[in-house]
Amino acid sequence: MHIMEGYLPPQWCVFWYLVSAPFIIYGVYILNRQVKENRETLSLLAVSGAFIFLLSSLKLPSPVAGSCSHPTGTGLSTVLFGPIITCVLSLIVLIFQALFMAHGGITTLGANVFSMGIAGPLLGYAVYRLGKAVNLNIFVNIFLVTAVADLFTYVVTAIELAVAVPLQGGFVFSFETFFAIYAITQIPLAILEGVLIALVFKYIIQSRADILVKLGVLTQEQVTKIMGSFS
Amino acid sequence: MNFKVFRKYKLEIIFAIVVVVFAAVFLIQNAHIQATAKPGQETWQGSDDMGSAAIESTGYTPWIQPIWTPPSTEVESLLFSIQSGLGALVIGYFFGYYRGKRESVKSA
Repeated sequence: MHIMEGYLPPQWCVFWYLVSAPFIIYGVYILNRQVKENRETLSLLAVSGAFIFLLSSLKLPSPVAGSCSHPTGTGLSTVLFGPIITCVLSLIVLIFQALFMAHGGITTLGANVFSMGIAGPLLGYAVYRLGKAVNLNIFVNIFLVTAVADLFTYVVTAIELAVAVPLQGGFVFSFETFFAIYAITQIPLAILEGVLIALVFKYIIQSRADILVKLGVLTQEQVTKIMGSFS
Repeated sequence: MNFKVFRKYKLEIIFAIVVVVFAAVFLIQNAHIQATAKPGQETWQGSDDMGSAAIESTGYTPWIQPIWTPPSTEVESLLFSIQSGLGALVIGYFFGYYRGKRESVKSA
C-alpha cells in the first residue's frame, strides 16, 4: 500500500496531507489523554503499536497473485483503542519506513497515512461496532475487523493512485489495474492476518482481561464466559 | 483421545491449519510460476513496486527522489528485520511481563 516517494503529483500530496491532518492532530490529542488518564492501558497500547510495526515489516508472498505484499497490523489497535489512535501509531511506522527504507515517502505520507491509518481502521471499526451490535462471537469479529482494515487499506491505495495518475483508458481502467495489483494480492494476507490477531486476542484476554473491561471491549461476564470456553 | 486439548487450543489449531494451507498454496503456485516464467523474468515481486511500475508505464517520472535509499536489497532486508525485531521485542516483553505477574499472584 505504500505509494513511493515522488509517485504522487504534488497537488495530490498536499490534498492527502490536508485530509489526514485533522485525524492526526485529533489523534495525538486523544493519545495524550489516554496515556495520562489511563496509564494501565499503556502496555496494551505499546503491544498494539508493536503489532503494526511487526506485521507491516513482513513481506509475504500472496499465493493467488504471484507477488508479495505486507499486512498492515492495524486491526488490534482499532479494536482496543479505536481508529483515531490507530492513525497516529500508523504514522510512526510509515515515517520510520519512509526515512530508513525509502519505502513509501515523505511527500506521499499523507496519502499513505490515509489508506493505512485512517480509511482501513475506520471501516474496520464500523465492522467492529456492527459485530458487537449483533452479538457476533468476539474472535470472529476481530478476524473480520483485521481482515477488513487490511484489505480496505489496499483498496483505498488503488483509488488514490487511480484518481491521481490515471493510466491510459481513464479512471475505471486505472482503478481496475491498481486494484488487481494491490487488493487482489492482499486477500490471502488479510485472512492470515485476521486469524493471527484473533489468536493474539485470546492471549490478551488471558493476560489482561482487566484492561479489556476498562476499555469497554468486553464485559466481565463475557470474559468469564470466554475463559470458560477455553478450559 | 482427549478432546479437552482441542477445546483449549482451538484458535491455535485454526491458525496452524491456515498457515499450512497458505504455505501449500504458495508452493503449488510457485511451482507453476517457475515452470512458466520466461528466463530472467522476476517473480514474486512486491505489489508496491508493481504499482510504481504501472505508473511509470504512463510516462510518469517521479518528481522527487527519497533522501536516502538502502544501497542494496541486503541492507533493505536488514532494516526490515530490525523493524520486525523491534516489534517482536515489545510484544514478547509485555506478554512475558503479564505472565510473570500472573504466576507471582498465583504462588503468593
